[in-house]
Amino acid sequence: MSSSEVPNDLQFKTSRDQVFTQVWTQLKGLRRGDSGMVPIVIGIVVLVAYFQIRNSLFLSAGNLVNLFVQATTYVLLGMAEIWLLLLGDIDLSVGYVSVLGGASAVILTDTQFHWPWFLAILTAVLVTTAIGALHGAITILLRVPSFIVTLAGLLAWEGVLIYIVDAQGTGGTIAVHEKVLYDLVNTNASPLVTWIFFAVCVAGASFLILTRDRARRSSGLLVQPFVITMIKIVTMAVVTIVLVLVFNANRGVVFGGHRTTLEGMPWAIPVDVFMLAGGTFFLSRTKAGRYLYAIGGNVEAARRAGVNVNRYRLMAFMLTGFTSGIAGLLYVSRLGGVSDNVDSTLVLYAVAAAVIGGTSLFGGRGKIIHALIGGLIVAIIYNGMGLLSITASAEYIAIAVVLLAAVAVDSLARRGSEVTR
Amino acid sequence: MTNTPESPSSLTPSNGSTEHGVSGVSPSSAPLLQLRAITKSFGAVQALKHVDLEVPAGKVTALIGDNGAGKSTLIKAIAGIYTPTSGEILWNGNVVHIHSPHDAEQLGIATVYQDLALCDNLDVVENMFLGHEDMRHRTLDEIKMELAAKQVLADLSVTTVKSVRQKVASLSGGQRQSVAVAKAVMRESKLVVLDEPTAALGVSQTAQVLELIHTLAGRGIAVLLISHNLNDVFAVADRIAVMHLGTLVSSGPVSDYDASSAVDLITTGESARSVSTMAPSS
Repeated sequence: MSSSEVPNDLQFKTSRDQVFTQVWTQLKGLRRGDSGMVPIVIGIVVLVAYFQIRNSLFLSAGNLVNLFVQATTYVLLGMAEIWLLLLGDIDLSVGYVSVLGGASAVILTDTQFHWPWFLAILTAVLVTTAIGALHGAITILLRVPSFIVTLAGLLAWEGVLIYIVDAQGTGGTIAVHEKVLYDLVNTNASPLVTWIFFAVCVAGASFLILTRDRARRSSGLLVQPFVITMIKIVTMAVVTIVLVLVFNANRGVVFGGHRTTLEGMPWAIPVDVFMLAGGTFFLSRTKAGRYLYAIGGNVEAARRAGVNVNRYRLMAFMLTGFTSGIAGLLYVSRLGGVSDNVDSTLVLYAVAAAVIGGTSLFGGRGKIIHALIGGLIVAIIYNGMGLLSITASAEYIAIAVVLLAAVAVDSLARRGSEVTR
Repeated sequence: MTNTPESPSSLTPSNGSTEHGVSGVSPSSAPLLQLRAITKSFGAVQALKHVDLEVPAGKVTALIGDNGAGKSTLIKAIAGIYTPTSGEILWNGNVVHIHSPHDAEQLGIATVYQDLALCDNLDVVENMFLGHEDMRHRTLDEIKMELAAKQVLADLSVTTVKSVRQKVASLSGGQRQSVAVAKAVMRESKLVVLDEPTAALGVSQTAQVLELIHTLAGRGIAVLLISHNLNDVFAVADRIAVMHLGTLVSSGPVSDYDASSAVDLITTGESARSVSTMAPSS
């Protein structure tokens, strides 16, 4: 960046230099760990190219939409994990807590209860939030590391889940019979609604970026060159249009000489987008979000600055519970039911999604969008390997390698930032 | 060595403002901060023994002493982290009770600790406003905060920090210290306590920080500087106070001391070379 004293009328002349400096800063940032999305995007491109070459169905609309739906679980669990990772804490129990939340909703809308769907969903999210609060209270009051508290939680909540599912007497699985809960993932918005939804999203995001830039410029503060802003907005718009075209392509199958109609985005997608927007707003625009970063960066500094550390730690645990509850609802909706035998890799994929996306395990560094990117990568590997009929053993190993690479990058970046001081 | 010669005089509740003629401050106005017979015990251990100290506004008061002399305990008592076992603290001549860091902050006491209470992962503006963010429509008012941060840094002539939006992790030691001091000052502080601000800094960065300390005093802020480095102390201090084994053994204008008498006082608690300063308020 050039000097902050550049007058506005010089901004235009220097804008080309600024583009270069911007790119240079980005490259230098790679070593410091503020790498942005560059290496991750390269990783995604490589993975997608590999799977597409091996199986041309990979990039078909039908498979991509399926992939996005698979990703929603990982994305939301990753988001749940990020609240605590920011503090340098971790939650190993999010997988079972989220399925427990989903199971509560299934049970309350079905069998003997027949609750209305909104009450059941509200209760499910309250349950998982309360579980988060319990983990937080134990961690804070008894000063037990969150690692241990949530490891105990992982075991305990799996036990509770098995108990309540088996108690329904339906042989260890309960199907979702409530229409709204089932439709959450399994039905699609119409193509028109899909267009409108994404148009509103892009317009809203562009409006926020542009008004922010204008406010900074009119206050005489340094603003990134207009060209860069426009490149960002145009990129966002293009990606979104491609996404909408994928969602709106007819991915129905030919059945008896007649092609069924299956188009539009699954309703799970806007849920993800709302959580992403809400979480990002919370972390970047509110005091509480700022304090989560501060506590993760230097807890003593936060305390001396007058931040009520315990209060915000408890809040982070509750946010983790809340977000995993939402994830659980989508999970049971996608599977069309809940069983007492839950895939134990869920929790590991939650941590993996957050960390692969770029959130630090050491606290203080991370964004909600990291869960989106990381969850997408996990889903790409999961989906692509399934498509290539590769065994589960190879799939686990592949995700392990990606996870290890991501954590190694994180660790090296940390060292890089210490060296530059 | 439990009974140093001057402790009897500390015990008498004499008004401290007469000792040493109080350089520069008119005798009528009370010093900004005045400690009277402050004692702090941890069980059987007396960390502070009847400490009397004055910190006038617009002056740099250097608090020197060896490790374990009680400097840190004393500033923690001022910052509200420890409550003194006995004695009183006067602020502008009025007795005050500082029971928490919050109380100290309310009075206008800001403490910059040795281990730099900054968050590496936040930028300069975010650090300077941590815990006191400006809000607009219930969200962070980044523009207002950034403008204010730039203003404060400019007022303090801190020119080395190029962008206030860079992460503190990327700053040099001197720049970090400057940000920590600026953070302390921007809350309208009247007294800034600096704990070893030049420890671990290079020559030019030390000069930067000393310059900043000078600027603070020039703006009428009382500075209490804790330092091991006598060069720094003699370069910037207006007054010196020496602690030895929990007792304030000597204090006065910097002109009453030289390097050798200061070293004697730090190491032994007394100095043959500066007898006049050894018996205050006699």
